[in-house]
Order: sequence, then C-alpha cells, then structure tokens
Amino acid sequence: MIERRTGMSEEIRLDAAYAPSEDVVARELEGEIVIIPLVSDIGDIEDELYTLNETGQAIWRRLDGCKPLREVAAELAQEFTAPQGEIERDVLGLVRELVTRRMVVAKS
Amino acid sequence: MSAAGSGYVRRVRRDEARLWKGRPPLLTWLDVELTDRCNNACVHCSVNRPAGDAAAKGREMATAEVESLLERAAGLGCLTVRLTGGEPLLREDFAEIYLFARKLGLRVMIFTNAALMTPDLADLLARVPPREPVEVSVYGLERATYEAVTGTPGSFDAARRGLGLLADRHIPFFIKGALLPATAAESAAFERWACALSGQPRVAWVEFLDLRSRRDDAGRDVRIRALRQLLSEVRRRTAALPAVEQDELRRFIAAHAALQGDRLFGCLSAGGKGAVDAYGVFQYCLALRHPATVFDLKRGDLEKAVQEHWPAVRAMKSRNPEYLGRCGRCPLKAFCLQCPAKSWAEHGTLDTPVEYLCDVAHAQAAALGLLADGERAWTVDDWGRRIGGPAPAGQDHRPGGQECGS
Repeated sequence: MIERRTGMSEEIRLDAAYAPSEDVVARELEGEIVIIPLVSDIGDIEDELYTLNETGQAIWRRLDGCKPLREVAAELAQEFTAPQGEIERDVLGLVRELVTRRMVVAKS
Repeated sequence: MSAAGSGYVRRVRRDEARLWKGRPPLLTWLDVELTDRCNNACVHCSVNRPAGDAAAKGREMATAEVESLLERAAGLGCLTVRLTGGEPLLREDFAEIYLFARKLGLRVMIFTNAALMTPDLADLLARVPPREPVEVSVYGLERATYEAVTGTPGSFDAARRGLGLLADRHIPFFIKGALLPATAAESAAFERWACALSGQPRVAWVEFLDLRSRRDDAGRDVRIRALRQLLSEVRRRTAALPAVEQDELRRFIAAHAALQGDRLFGCLSAGGKGAVDAYGVFQYCLALRHPATVFDLKRGDLEKAVQEHWPAVRAMKSRNPEYLGRCGRCPLKAFCLQCPAKSWAEHGTLDTPVEYLCDVAHAQAAALGLLADGERAWTVDDWGRRIGGPAPAGQDHRPGGQECGS
C-alpha cells in the first residue's frame, strides 16, 4: 500500500532518521542520482524527473532510514573537511526540500 | 561541500541532454511486445494471433523473463518502455509487469484496445501513473463500424467500457484511429469525438496499412492490401491539409533530402531504441523480423544485443541495383515510409522497393506541388530549387501524425 503524505510544514530534526519515500524511485544514471515520481501527484507535468546537486547527492546516499541526520552530517563533515554546522544546515535544507516534495519520509 | 541554500533538487525534462552529460545511453527506449495474440481480429492488423492460441501463449516470455529484460534495459539507461502486442492486457501478469517496470523508474507507454481494461487495473494506473499517455486503438465510431473492423461481437461495448474507466480516473490517453473503407465516412466525426474525449489535439491515424510482419498469412496480406487507401484519396487528403501542415511537410522534406545511397537504415527516430518480441527476440524495431537482423536473447543478453548486434545491423548496406537506382537516389527517401521492415513484410527482403509506399510518397509530394504527375523524385535534377534551397535540419519525426506503425 502506498501511503499518501502531505509533507507540508513538517519539522525536520537532526535526531531523526529519514529514508527515500516509496512514492519515488531513485536511479543512478551516469553517476548522477535521478529521482522519478512513482505515484500520482508528485511532479506537475508528464515529463518530469528530478536530479540532485552534488551536495544533495552526497546527502541522499546516506539517507538510509536508520542514521539520524546529525550522524549523516558528521560523516559528511569528515569526508569534505567542512565545519559541522555548515554541513548540518545543508542536510536540513535538503531534507526539508525533499520532505516538502514527498521524496523522503521520517522513520521513527 | 558548501552551504547551497535552496535548490538542492532540480527538475529536468526526461530528454534533457544534461541528464546524459552529452553522451546518450546505449538504450533510451524499449518496445516490449508482450504477446502476439489479440482479443480482436481486426481486418487490417499485422500482429493478431487468436487470443486462445495456446501454442503462441506457451512460447511467450514468462513473467520472470520480462522482468529480467526490464531490469537489464533500465541498467543500460533506458527511461521508457512501451508495452504492446497483440493486446498486452491479454497477459494475466500485465499488472505485475507494469508495476515492476514503474518501480524500476521506467515510464511506461501502453498500447491497447482498452477492451480488457478492468477497474482494478485502471485504479492501479491512477495510483501509479504510467507517466506516458495510454494509447488506445479505436477502430470505429459506431458499433457496426467498429465490429466490422474488429470482427469480434461485443468488442465495441467492451472498448467503450475500458475508455470510460480511463476517463473516469483522469488517466491521460490518446485515441488512435484507422483509415479504412469501413471507417472513412465517419472519420471527421470520429476525430471530433476522440479529441473531445481524450483532450488530444488531433487523432493519429493508421493510414498506410502494414502487411503481416511475421509473413505468416498470405491470404490476410491480400485482404490488407485491398483495404489500403487509394492514391487518389492520399492525394486528396494531403491537398486538403491546412496550409500550416502542408508547410510542415515541405520543410521536413527539404530538411531530409540528403540521398541515402547504399545505406539501409536511415530511420530518423531509431537511435537508442530497440524492441523485443513476445518470445524474447531482440529486434531493431517491432516490425523488422528479418532473420538477419534479429538477435535471440537466449543466445546473449540485452547488452550484447545493443552493443554488438545493433551496430552490425545499422551498418548493413544494400547491393540491390533496383534499390540503389531508386531509393538510394531519392530525395523523398526520409519522407517515404519504405524501410527494411516494410520491404521484409512485403517482399521478404531488406531492400526491395515497396511500390505502394513509393506511390504514396509521390502522391503526397505531388499534392504539395513538389512533383508533376507521373514524375519520379529520383529523376529530378532541380530538387534544390523546388524545395526552396537547403532547409535547416529540424524535427526527426515525420509531421502530420503519420507513423511508421512500428
């Protein structure tokens, strides 16, 4: 059963884990992640796909539904040698956008 | 890594070059003929074994084989798959195959007559949309016309029920008609009905009927030939097109007038596309079943078919003097619907000119004012002047809603 979620105005928390929604399919094409809507009411036109920028791709690959976002950010801070606070802002920003688009969901 | 603010996610069109970084994938589109069988027995159809043909059914790819094929296609970069037949909804596993394809991230185009559409399947298409309009073949506006074409009592009501299931759920669909002696008189009313029901701007017509691509029934081929549009009618219809559509045709002809020489495969829309028949045989397109051009996927996988077999087929040349002297030198070649698939169905070769299609292209060109009566395009010396000089390369698809049928 595919759940309907509004995805609107949901608080994004660093201590929560998130995972790709079952309403989308992510494919890796030429090293790039392409997100393809599976159910109706994601995407407004017939011909639509979504790609992530470089930052988004690095975060997406770590959204496994188990790891809290704080841990995701810590991993990325090590890998990219960037300040943890800056990375956390990126992680929260991306996940907020993806939740709004119903492409990722929080896992309890 | 940097703080990017917003804009982590970017919408792109499926065909946007950026998706492929300038290098297209090996396979962008795959036609999968799920069955040769059909619940209808349309008089003009080139692929319709009886629905109850147990031998054909027994040879069809199993569910797992179709799913494996789809997985491999997705792995090669394929984004769209067309599920066709025969009538693909005859397969009891259609919904399973459809959902499997969608979960691979493939967009799915379905070719159907809609008669076997069920509320459950329509609900699935509404919940998990194909992301391509469903293409529904409707061969007649009235019950008598429709069933004269399908040869199947009860098929009219079943098809209308199926269309209703799609329309009620706002599932996008196109309606495709056929210009046949039985349907010609109602074609204008059909067009109005189809456009109103589907919201499509125009109807795609099956116009220049293909013979049977399996070359399995000479008697039926005779009957199909008898149903083909007369050249006088082809010319009349072309002359009656709105001026803007006539200009589109002229521009297409001008942009694709380069001579093909001994090259056999000049198909403008075939790049990155392939087809697999109901029995797991890879084909260049759905209509081309010449043994020298097909690749049995039991002998090798899809990747091998695309990487090794395909280039070899595309590189095939003609040595037929008749072809080289006519089609190879004809500036209408890209406009003409003759191709190796049509030569195969008509003559069992890859390069025998198909007289009917040649005559159709010439009748259209004459109606457009490019040729005089009886003149053959490959004999014309001043073609550049007639088409108004070289035109910019434009669309790859033949305008006017005319399809090659494959």
